[in-house]
Amino acid sequence: MTNILIVGVGGQGTLLASRVLGAIAAIEGKDCKLSEVHGMSQRGGSVVTHVRIGDNIAAPLVTPGEADFILAFEKLEALRWGYYLRKDGKLLVNDQEIMPMPVITGAMAYPDGIYAKLAEEGRDTVVVDGLKLAAEAGNTKAVNVVMIGALCAIEGVKYEVALEAVRRSVPAKLLAVNEKALVAGYKSVGK
Amino acid sequence: MNKLMLTNEAVARGAYEAGVKVVSSYPGTPSTEITEFVAKYPEVYSEWAPNEKVATEVAVGASIAGVRSMCCMKHVGVNVAADPLFTAAYTGVNGGMVLVVADDPAMHSSQNEQDSRFYARSAHVPMLEPADSAEAKEFTKKAFALSEEYDTPVMLRLTTRVAHSQSFVELEDRKEFAPKYFEKNISKYVMMPAMARKRHLVVEAREDKLAADVNNSEFNRVEWRSKKLGIVTAGAVYQYVKEATDASIFKVGIVYPLAIDAIRKFASEVDDLLIVEELEPFIENQLKAHGVKCHGKEIFGKQGEYSSASIREKLYGIKTPAPVAEVPARPPVMCAGCPHRGVFYVLHKLGITVSGDIGCYTLGAQAPLSAVDMCVCMGASIGMAHGFDKADSPLKRKMVAVIGDSTFIHSGITNVINAVYNKGTSTTIILDNSITGMTGHQDNPATGKTIKGEPTNKLDLEALLKAIGVDSVVVVDAYDLAAVEKAVKEETAREGVSVIIARRPCALLTKKYPPAFTVNSDKCRYCKACLRIGCPAIENIGGKVRINKELCVACGVCTQLCKFSAIEEGVK
Repeated sequence: MTNILIVGVGGQGTLLASRVLGAIAAIEGKDCKLSEVHGMSQRGGSVVTHVRIGDNIAAPLVTPGEADFILAFEKLEALRWGYYLRKDGKLLVNDQEIMPMPVITGAMAYPDGIYAKLAEEGRDTVVVDGLKLAAEAGNTKAVNVVMIGALCAIEGVKYEVALEAVRRSVPAKLLAVNEKALVAGYKSVGK
Repeated sequence: MNKLMLTNEAVARGAYEAGVKVVSSYPGTPSTEITEFVAKYPEVYSEWAPNEKVATEVAVGASIAGVRSMCCMKHVGVNVAADPLFTAAYTGVNGGMVLVVADDPAMHSSQNEQDSRFYARSAHVPMLEPADSAEAKEFTKKAFALSEEYDTPVMLRLTTRVAHSQSFVELEDRKEFAPKYFEKNISKYVMMPAMARKRHLVVEAREDKLAADVNNSEFNRVEWRSKKLGIVTAGAVYQYVKEATDASIFKVGIVYPLAIDAIRKFASEVDDLLIVEELEPFIENQLKAHGVKCHGKEIFGKQGEYSSASIREKLYGIKTPAPVAEVPARPPVMCAGCPHRGVFYVLHKLGITVSGDIGCYTLGAQAPLSAVDMCVCMGASIGMAHGFDKADSPLKRKMVAVIGDSTFIHSGITNVINAVYNKGTSTTIILDNSITGMTGHQDNPATGKTIKGEPTNKLDLEALLKAIGVDSVVVVDAYDLAAVEKAVKEETAREGVSVIIARRPCALLTKKYPPAFTVNSDKCRYCKACLRIGCPAIENIGGKVRINKELCVACGVCTQLCKFSAIEEGVK
């Protein structure tokens, strides 16, 4: 059983990312359950999508402390959801900051030194410059696919399988950009 | 063929395979996608209705006309649909009819946490509750057959965690049914006292038969594991129970009528009987009323969602890790470029009391806009403002109702008629963003497009309001703060019923925006005026303000607040 949590800010494409992972499970002939968030939280709120791949999955939700991977599309969200990671799990973080409203209004400050805090909490963290790589691929919205590429590289998913999963999940006209984003994601982490 | 499917898609697929002909719904999280997926099947007629009552009535009509029909809604939608539902339970059906309701435990996207299982019991109709996508497809198909077998509408209940989870589903072919003839039968289809009294007897007999039959129903099953503890559960919670415990499980698939005798037998074979159900003690109290010894709510409570972790903790004291870091909350916000933002900024600035409504714009209650003062249900904003007027509240001339275009059509129109008819004085702002926004962009009668994206008759809001007899109808650009302010001042000062239409399409409808604005740091004095609109694209970073170019859509609202002309148009 592989438990993956995808976290980010509403609008960053966590749903699409989870669907690519679901498509990978389908191609690899594994069982899979996903749990998504729609509606109000999608409006710039903190969003979390649960992905479970394996055999005989019951609940669609990952239990705190049991995630093998957390894919964080935003730094603060990595800090917020880090407690879901298991002791030997890996946290992949897109190196991007998006200010939440309490920070914009001045009620709170955006935390400093997030990576140091994650290290203190003992999270094995991999930082990916997803926004830059997505921009180079041709669309900053493709951060989600960059992050999927990074996860697939670490998890050892064959590139051809990941590409087919992306092809099944995105509109045909956006495939070229997303293919570049996927390649960039694969290359972003040391093998 | 096996396909990974959202449960809402699986419900659509099940209805399709069952030969459904007519589907009418109003969008509402977490039910919306069902009807969006139905709309992809050319063999099925589908539509967005203006509200759940209309949707249900269309389904009732199609059923009586002899075809299989369905209507889908969120839990609070059943409140609106309750009128036709309760009497359709008396007429029964001709073609099978299914009402799908999606409850929202934990209120991910809702204003209350009501439990729609009570509706099945009050209306005396059976209710099925699947636990994942595959079961949702199977139960939906069987719901139509059950409806025809027992001559009753059938409710299918989902909760957010089921509706919005995905698992694999085996696809099957659609089966077409020849429509049954409608045969005139006033004792069945005309519900007036003489006939309804007889039909009430039919309803009671049907319910008694169902209550007996469910004890051998294929919808329920027992999974024997340890007999020290037996757990009765349904829906998503079944999955958590299966994962968190080694107890034997009575998995309820038909939650109403409840298989009392079958559960009594199950109870006799286990040492202790526990009921694990989210929201109300619906199953538990019925069992207790029938003398079955059990417990549940005193351990689990009535609020929010459960999980494998929460069940493990409550039953065995096993704790899971808790959040360790103190991090700023990230509540949902109005998007950058949202046309509602400027309107709320003006209302807050003028100190106007705002009677709010259901939609993205309910977010206008939060800081820094802090504009919305009350919100109850769809359409209520206008009626509540009229209530302030008739209560002779000192606030009544410094008050507006705000309501979106789709919500206005859903159930705001009758409130305006009421205010006009009863010689009220109130001002309503219709935030017309040309779409049903919060649920993810569904068309409505004012957009001029059907659910399938085909052009259709477009509701003319101005003409409608004038026909109702509204004294003053003013249209402003929602991005133009000066125009909004002028209209609000003038219309709230006026005797009689007035409506301001603040018009501007939802910022997410446009895919191509002008280049993002930038802050000229030479001109910026860090007065923070631009931060008062709470735009997620304007960032306050230690002594200066920056515009996040990934988020800014160049709406220009912030430029109207900057006294130093420091916010400048971006360059390509």
